[in-house]
Amino acid sequence: MNRFRVRAESVRELGLLLIIVAITLYFGSQITNFFSATTFQRIADSVMIIAVVAVGQTLVVLTRNIDLSVGSVVGLTAFVVGKQFAGNLNLSPVLAIGLALGIGGVLGLVNGLIVAYGRVPAIVATLGTLAIYRGLLFQYANNSNISTRFLPDWVVNLPSQTLITIGTLNITVLAGLALAVVIVFQLGLTFVPSARRLYAIGSDPETARTSGIPARRLILIAFIVCGLLSGLAGFMYLAKFGTITSVAAQGLELQVVAAVVLGGINVFGGSGRVIGSLLGAILVGTLEYGFIRMRISEFWKQAAEGLAILLAVAGDVIILARFRAYLARAQSRAHLSASTTAVIVPKQESS
Amino acid sequence: MITQPTHRRNWNWLQGRETLLAVIFVGVIFVNIQLSPYFLGVDNLVNVFQLSIEKATIALIMTLIIISGEIDLSVAAVMGLCATIFGWLYQGGVALPLAALLTLGIGTLCGVFNGMWIAYLGLPSLAVTLAGLVGYRGLASVILEEKSVSEFPDWFSALGQKNIAGLPFPPTLVLFVLLFAVFVGVLHFSAFGRTVTVIGNNKEAARFAGVGVRRTKLTLFIVSGFMSALAGLMYAARVGTVRANVAEGFELDIITMVVLGGVSIFGGSGTLIGVGLAVLVVLSLRNGMQLSNINGSVQTSVIGLLLVLSLLLPTLFHDVREARRRVKPVPPLAPPIADELPKEESQRSIKTTL
Repeated sequence: MNRFRVRAESVRELGLLLIIVAITLYFGSQITNFFSATTFQRIADSVMIIAVVAVGQTLVVLTRNIDLSVGSVVGLTAFVVGKQFAGNLNLSPVLAIGLALGIGGVLGLVNGLIVAYGRVPAIVATLGTLAIYRGLLFQYANNSNISTRFLPDWVVNLPSQTLITIGTLNITVLAGLALAVVIVFQLGLTFVPSARRLYAIGSDPETARTSGIPARRLILIAFIVCGLLSGLAGFMYLAKFGTITSVAAQGLELQVVAAVVLGGINVFGGSGRVIGSLLGAILVGTLEYGFIRMRISEFWKQAAEGLAILLAVAGDVIILARFRAYLARAQSRAHLSASTTAVIVPKQESS
Repeated sequence: MITQPTHRRNWNWLQGRETLLAVIFVGVIFVNIQLSPYFLGVDNLVNVFQLSIEKATIALIMTLIIISGEIDLSVAAVMGLCATIFGWLYQGGVALPLAALLTLGIGTLCGVFNGMWIAYLGLPSLAVTLAGLVGYRGLASVILEEKSVSEFPDWFSALGQKNIAGLPFPPTLVLFVLLFAVFVGVLHFSAFGRTVTVIGNNKEAARFAGVGVRRTKLTLFIVSGFMSALAGLMYAARVGTVRANVAEGFELDIITMVVLGGVSIFGGSGTLIGVGLAVLVVLSLRNGMQLSNINGSVQTSVIGLLLVLSLLLPTLFHDVREARRRVKPVPPLAPPIADELPKEESQRSIKTTL
């Protein structure tokens, strides 16, 4: 009876992977020299930041909440850390990354407290903090910019540091870090009990509460982790771009939510996997790069992204729901036939 | 028709939210007067309204949509798209009235597009209109790219800028007041308004009761598209220039106005009077900050803070009061049932306020 269990999520992620492959092949046929190490490099560069934030967003969305303030958190963190470097070039790496995580964590804590303990709906609360954090950044920046000359060499060189080389493809330290974040959180969400409870909270908040799950505390933790990862992404943003203005990472939240939704994380919580978010981020990054290279007005990219989100959600509701129902029926049928044979067999023996 | 009990409940509720808003409003005005001598001038007071007439216009339909338990994040993008298309058509030589009509039609089509996915396929409006926010803005940018269109004929700009003969405000403001009256009528005094509220309270129950949930939702989103297009035209008339980034980020202000006005983000309750007061609060606050030369982004963050606090403080007060009540010792001779009952009741009331 050792049957391979088909999960709707896996099928969906496989579908997403096929779409990514199809789009890549299409771009490959339209753009000369698309399949090159530079292309890989560029896409990986833009995907890594989206992916790290998307992992945090996944945790929050799983609990049937949303964090729209991530773009502002990334921008604020990048700017503040950059400013610290401008004041002291010898700031140690540990301290700098710690500062980035700290700022992100505190901002996430504020979001989490407002949502989990203040009982303000997440979409409204984080729409508010999106504006508040951006305003703080404006006030703090006071029309100044951060540019690479304020940054120490190790930060400027960080994006080109290679971790490992596979063939002609270089995986940079930052991309490796993003990959590590995805893997760690995927494993965590699969095996750590309290992380599993995020699914329970998202599926049915009322039942989760009555069955003794500390929903508030876990939602708070999800927001804090989302903030921490946004802080980390802020540091990556600083290293990648070097030039930070007060509008840094504005609108990043849309790309992140797009990645999460494309990745199959249900916006009503309770289902989805971190791997899906990574695939969603890769799709968003590939589309972005492909459109730029095809010299199609890059604005079409936004229109295409919007359509992709819509189709992903529609696909989830129309196809995936039916597929889930089909799986459930098939399972119960298998169950039924197994139990009937079990009943029939002893009867035959007795007669 | 309003029956007696609902009327009484509305009144109780008025005492809470609307009074709070009125107090905040008076406070903001008081501070503004202290900060700037120009605030009380008639010109400025008209300005306060006129400068954000588009947001207030969209807030009307957003109120109904949020009361029905949905949300429309795409309004600002539709507004931008419509303003862009209007400018593009005009530039292409289409007669202005025809261009305006076509623009309204396109806005309505955007509404139909949003509404179909939400009402008939049952997709979450949050995701659909988020896609719309990205997509429609993208289309707007495709049409005008980095260019801008200006130099509309004088009579058109006059609609948004010049005062009507004898009065200190332009026609668009009159249009808004009329629309406000119409929406109050629809939401509070018509069957459709009750339907919207019922759907927001309990979609399943509404469906079982034979309410046309799908049709109502589709209607709401279509009207939302139309109103956004109208707001786009108002913007073109008032500012005189359209670009692809028109109204970028307006959705924050619009949703803030509605939620600040006491409309439950989960649907089912809210009044347009509250939203009207919230509009006044947001507008006068922004105006005051403008007069004191505060940066636009910081202004937005103050609005955001107001939004969060307006939802946070009532629950905090509620929690504190609950905690105090619990600490109070129970009378020693009270039968057990008596001290069980209020507790249960208080919990039920928490649930309903949530």
